[in-house]
Amino acid sequence: MISITTALDWNWDTTWDVLPTLLSTFLKVTLLVTVLSTLIAALLGLVIAMTLRLAPKPIAVTVKWIANFIRMTPIVVQLLFAYYAFLSLDGITIGILIFGIHYSTYMSEVYRAGIDAVPQGQWEATTALSMSTRRTWTAVIIPQALRATIPALGNYAVSMFKDTPFLLVIGVVEMVNAGLIFGGNTYRYIEPLTLVGIIFLLASYPTSLLIGRLEKRLAFNT
Amino acid sequence: MIEFRDIEKSYGDHLVLHELNFSVAKGDRVTLIGPSGSGKTTILRLVMTLEEATDGYIFIDGQPLTHEERGGKRVARSKKDQKDIRKRIGMVFQQFNLFPNMSVLENIIEAPVHVLGQSKAEATTRAMELLEKVGLADKAEQHPTSLSGGQQQRVAIARALALDPEILLLDEVTSALDPEIVGEVLGILRNIAETTDITMLIVTHEMQFARDVSNRVLMFDGGKIVEEAPPSVMFSDPKHQRTKDFLHAVLGDAEGTIGTH
Repeated sequence: MISITTALDWNWDTTWDVLPTLLSTFLKVTLLVTVLSTLIAALLGLVIAMTLRLAPKPIAVTVKWIANFIRMTPIVVQLLFAYYAFLSLDGITIGILIFGIHYSTYMSEVYRAGIDAVPQGQWEATTALSMSTRRTWTAVIIPQALRATIPALGNYAVSMFKDTPFLLVIGVVEMVNAGLIFGGNTYRYIEPLTLVGIIFLLASYPTSLLIGRLEKRLAFNT
Repeated sequence: MIEFRDIEKSYGDHLVLHELNFSVAKGDRVTLIGPSGSGKTTILRLVMTLEEATDGYIFIDGQPLTHEERGGKRVARSKKDQKDIRKRIGMVFQQFNLFPNMSVLENIIEAPVHVLGQSKAEATTRAMELLEKVGLADKAEQHPTSLSGGQQQRVAIARALALDPEILLLDEVTSALDPEIVGEVLGILRNIAETTDITMLIVTHEMQFARDVSNRVLMFDGGKIVEEAPPSVMFSDPKHQRTKDFLHAVLGDAEGTIGTH
């Protein structure tokens, strides 16, 4: 008799066996990479956006060209390239850096739009008050630009979170990879992969709620 | 106090100001009137360094503002030099331009603390005095977006005064306000005019206010001064036909004049 394994053969014992492994991988790898990469992307994105606006033209043009290049090439290629180019770094470090850099190029565009959306009158008020360039940016422009950019930045963070399975191409045991390894040992793939999907969903949803709350907290009329 | 020498300003082919020459003495209250597009607002923006003249020079107390003549050439002054002079000038805008991410108080103490280097306590004391003056001391902790237009403009006036400017530029400060609250803002400005010796350059469509506050009125048309007179003369006995037509249009009466009250 040939038995065809389908989702209907769902095995609860397997489910409970794999769940702890997946959850601990989620915390130690997926979440860690997402949080650190988001921080890098958010900071570097702002630096890129401000460089494009403030730096002398040759520097701005170079940065713009590099950012475009990074944005236009697949993240998997960048992961593999960095993995083989920097053999001394471990996979997770490579992952955090590449995700952070890759998404910083997207986030810089979000910041750029947010900065452009600050009304001309705000800039004029900073001139009329003789504010320094530094105060103009830190006290007026960035706080206002940020308010408009929070939802889009949050969405990129969620999208980065969902991209973390790409890390398996450089051998990082993140959730999907952990599920595959479990499947390889037990010949049961459906349970781990279904659980991976559910964990992603359960993590993404509260994150989007959190972004919504943050958006409200950053509103001016509170 | 302020001198315009051969000022030219154009946007591409469009000439906004042409061979402009005039001076404003210390303590003068000069109102600029004229049809829209006549270059009045541009003059205020040049003094605030929001825009640069295409040619010519502006002097503040004899010091060149943005450009100076060196070896027969017109050269830009350093950003630092420009800023040192700019600190002596304040401006109130038509659209208020308060910082929505700061409270009313933070808006007012921003420049005193970070530009003039006052302590926060010192700046706050002064800010509260100014808020008292504009009747909004109870709104110090609120955000500008929760205030009415008239209240926002009063905060903007307090913010401009917090730098203790020697020159105050008022750019159509009541144009964005509902008619019934124009009076409260003008009342505050009248009070400032009466109790200080700040030099004022005013662009307004409120002719009664111009008459009450200013000691000189300049009529602009096509980027040039067509007539200059004290308000008592300008509003009751304008000489130039262009001035007569303009006053007739804005005042909407048969004489083109406004009475004293």
